[in-house]
Amino acid sequence: MSEMTQTAAKPRIERSATAARTYAIFLIIGLAALIIAPMFFYPIFLMKLLCFALFACAFNLLLGYTGLLSFGHATFFGGAAYFTAHVVKEWGFTPELGILTGVVGAAFLGLVMGFFAIRRQGIYFAMITLALSQMFFFFCLQAKFTQGEDGIQSVPRGHLFGFIDLLSSTNMYYFVLAVFLIGMVIIWRFINSPFGMILRSIRENEPRAISLGYSVARYKLGAFVMSAALAGLAGGLKALVFQFATLTDVAWQMSGEVILMTLLGGIGTLIGPIFGAGLVVTLQNYLATSDFPVTIITGVVFMVCVLVFRRGIIGEFYASRLGRKLGFEHRR
Amino acid sequence: MAVAATARQEEPRVVLSARGLSKSFGAFMAVRQVDLDVRHARVHALIGPNGAGKTTVFNLLTKFLQPTAGSITLLGTDITKTQPDRIARMGLVRSFQISAVFPHLTVLDNVRVALQRPNGLSTQFWLPVSSLDRLNARADELIESVGLKRERNALAADLSYGRKRVLEIATTLALDPKVLLLDEPMAGMGQEDIGTVSNIIREVAKTRAVLMVEHNLSVVADICHHVTVLQRGEILAEGDYATVSQDPRVRTAYMGTEEA
Repeated sequence: MSEMTQTAAKPRIERSATAARTYAIFLIIGLAALIIAPMFFYPIFLMKLLCFALFACAFNLLLGYTGLLSFGHATFFGGAAYFTAHVVKEWGFTPELGILTGVVGAAFLGLVMGFFAIRRQGIYFAMITLALSQMFFFFCLQAKFTQGEDGIQSVPRGHLFGFIDLLSSTNMYYFVLAVFLIGMVIIWRFINSPFGMILRSIRENEPRAISLGYSVARYKLGAFVMSAALAGLAGGLKALVFQFATLTDVAWQMSGEVILMTLLGGIGTLIGPIFGAGLVVTLQNYLATSDFPVTIITGVVFMVCVLVFRRGIIGEFYASRLGRKLGFEHRR
Repeated sequence: MAVAATARQEEPRVVLSARGLSKSFGAFMAVRQVDLDVRHARVHALIGPNGAGKTTVFNLLTKFLQPTAGSITLLGTDITKTQPDRIARMGLVRSFQISAVFPHLTVLDNVRVALQRPNGLSTQFWLPVSSLDRLNARADELIESVGLKRERNALAADLSYGRKRVLEIATTLALDPKVLLLDEPMAGMGQEDIGTVSNIIREVAKTRAVLMVEHNLSVVADICHHVTVLQRGEILAEGDYATVSQDPRVRTAYMGTEEA
């Protein structure tokens, strides 16, 4: 027995070395593609994609790495969009300060929602987050500063650090890309940290984590707030890209959409949600001009995904023969 | 028997005690009026037929269940209303009947997770995982002490059942607990692992109290100083193994022909 585990242990280490190399290559290709992308695609489309990709990755931090299915993430995304839009437009905040306000606001909303929901599990957790996000939706509908059905319109993009004009879509694109990459680095560090290790152990065996003395609820709340803050980062960014913040971003459909993106891309994979978001946003953009209803297509895609490739695009790729050859491992 | 005889002369202090512990699930009394004294540097066995309430007592003592009546004292503090994670931090650590490891973590990581909290390395979300490397020395020490050195980098899920239980004991010891509650530590183990685990328990009990649920009576006879027999949620008999095993009620209720 021990001989067997011993021989099994060795290739594991070699495999992770191969994976590291593959990751590095893919990372360089991906970065290069993102840098030259505005030459080939419409920048607004790319920026929308990056905002949603970041949103989905933030959501996945909670679902994939903590095992909590929130149905209220629109609150953080849309809430931050309102906060950013408001402080930039009405109070004349610079873009970076505006986004920071959105992030802090979303983190605070996350703290409140998490406080009420975190001790519940599974469907109850999802329902409480949904209920609270509906409450927030109605708050946004009624509150003065959101301007109800109209939303906050014509938000100025302003000058980044006071001298980079963000009205230029090239400048704006690279700003969005930089924020996106910062967000990804934060997520990556978060899941590969001492804290992330405890989250993993909680997901693996919660009673054991408790019996080792961990206040499980606090760690989950930490992950929840972090996920909310990053969703807020994406939301604030989106408000600047489109120069408006509306009720669409806080509606429950948005919470559903981010679940769809994450599932499509691959739960619990770092980059999966990026692809999921890419697919959904592309579909929406492509179908927006045709007569065909978008929701039917996304519904069909979702069903196919659940029935045929449950691990999601990236998850299936990792688990495939090619993926394993490249040294990936799908843990779940 | 020599152990029991000296033990009676000067009993070490009680570290964990329960008085009138009861738990009912609806109309069903799973545990009824149980008094228990677990002493420092002693191995205390909790035995009894299936459904006697042994695991329920464990869940009550570690507060995974809230008792219906009675009180529990740990190291002089009343813990009847304390949360389970808090109790673990106070030094009462349990194992589970089904092996409690983190299956998709390596043996090393399993032990390190247990070491993270006592070493103040569990909330840093800005540090890299490599910051945990400073726990390696202590983790390796623990891994070696239970004989898992060769499996250090294997996934816990790939270990045999017996090895998983051994790993679980290593993670439990990582917390340096004052009281150790082991729920059937030998269940499903091969003879070789039983010997290893018996030695480990004997060793750790030199400096801590151990309370264990165990079905294997030769193990109980071998390493336990004190035995409490439960039947239908109540204490049937108590004492050292020799006394208990001669008790006619115990023999009919539990041991039957096995140890006559």
